[in-house]
Amino acid sequence: MGKRGIGMGIVKNPLENVVQFTTLDAIVDLTGRTAANVTRAVKADRIINEVVNWGRRSALWPMTFGLACCAIEMIAAGCSRYDTDRFGIIFRPSPRQSDVIIIAGTMTKKIAPAVKRLYDQMAEPRWVIALGGCASSGGPFNTYSVVQGTDLVIPVDVYIPGCPPRPDALLYGFMQLQEKIRREMPSIWAKYEVKG
Amino acid sequence: MSDTIQQDSVLIRKVKDKFGQSVIDTAVFRDEVTHVIKKESLLHVSRFLRDNPEMQFNFLVDVVGVDYLPQRPRFEVVYHLYSIPKKHRLRLKIKVDENENCPSVTSVWKSADWAEREVFDMFGIVFDNHPSLKRIYMPEDWDGFPLRKDYPLRGYKDQYNPYGEEKP
Repeated sequence: MGKRGIGMGIVKNPLENVVQFTTLDAIVDLTGRTAANVTRAVKADRIINEVVNWGRRSALWPMTFGLACCAIEMIAAGCSRYDTDRFGIIFRPSPRQSDVIIIAGTMTKKIAPAVKRLYDQMAEPRWVIALGGCASSGGPFNTYSVVQGTDLVIPVDVYIPGCPPRPDALLYGFMQLQEKIRREMPSIWAKYEVKG
Repeated sequence: MSDTIQQDSVLIRKVKDKFGQSVIDTAVFRDEVTHVIKKESLLHVSRFLRDNPEMQFNFLVDVVGVDYLPQRPRFEVVYHLYSIPKKHRLRLKIKVDENENCPSVTSVWKSADWAEREVFDMFGIVFDNHPSLKRIYMPEDWDGFPLRKDYPLRGYKDQYNPYGEEKP
């Protein structure tokens, strides 16, 4: 443990005398506890989990990305009549700033690689909403050019049926996603535990 | 209707007088005139229809492909024409077989560019002397021509469509 030395994973702010932990190793170094112990302590802290989940679900920023007619309903949901802003749902113009990607409409095989790339460009944690029948399963288009469901390209969290779904349905989908996030385990330590 | 198209209409008479050898068939249905013409004379007929003062077909509305699979020749290319000054319409049809090329009318009407690209994209009919004959709707690396009758409706099986047909 001494070999790693202080400074690895610990950032010291020269202006203020504050130490920030950036990695699990740093906490292990400083406290002398084993990684498993630290993981268990953080995971057991329900208050930390709930605060993190509250923050994540209260500012779900979707990407401004529409494929077909469902996008019109998505736009309507974002405008003043349905007003997603009151849920903290503010549409962002870049995948780098977004938490949610709404697959709004028919996804053709031509656009599928672009959708995959946009999803990959989003920072984690990220979620996917499949809006409408086409995005959920291909809908009425069981044809040569249409992807038969978003889940063949990227993983989906919430499916919203309808052709197209009304803005209310999209809002309900967002509320379902918030409910899902509320029950998530947000801790990044969980990943360390999986590795061993 | 007062302006019912008769057999002596200028749309029929003028074309038949000038290109009698090239006109295979002429049909009048619901006041719409259709000429089936020989592929070789398409450019001559097109230029005449555009430039003749009685015709003045200055607007190529659309170019459409049709696949009559068991028949030979297999394909038909349909040209929908409209004259803005004369306010009359005409339809030209030519027959093209599978491994034949078709003359492009982009030199007569600029709007044929994208329309012919669509026909090429969907049916694989090659247009000679087209400025840039490449796919317009389908991805550039797409295999096959989807609107051909022997192309399966649900396409071929791939990562995006597990319900497609197996590739032969």
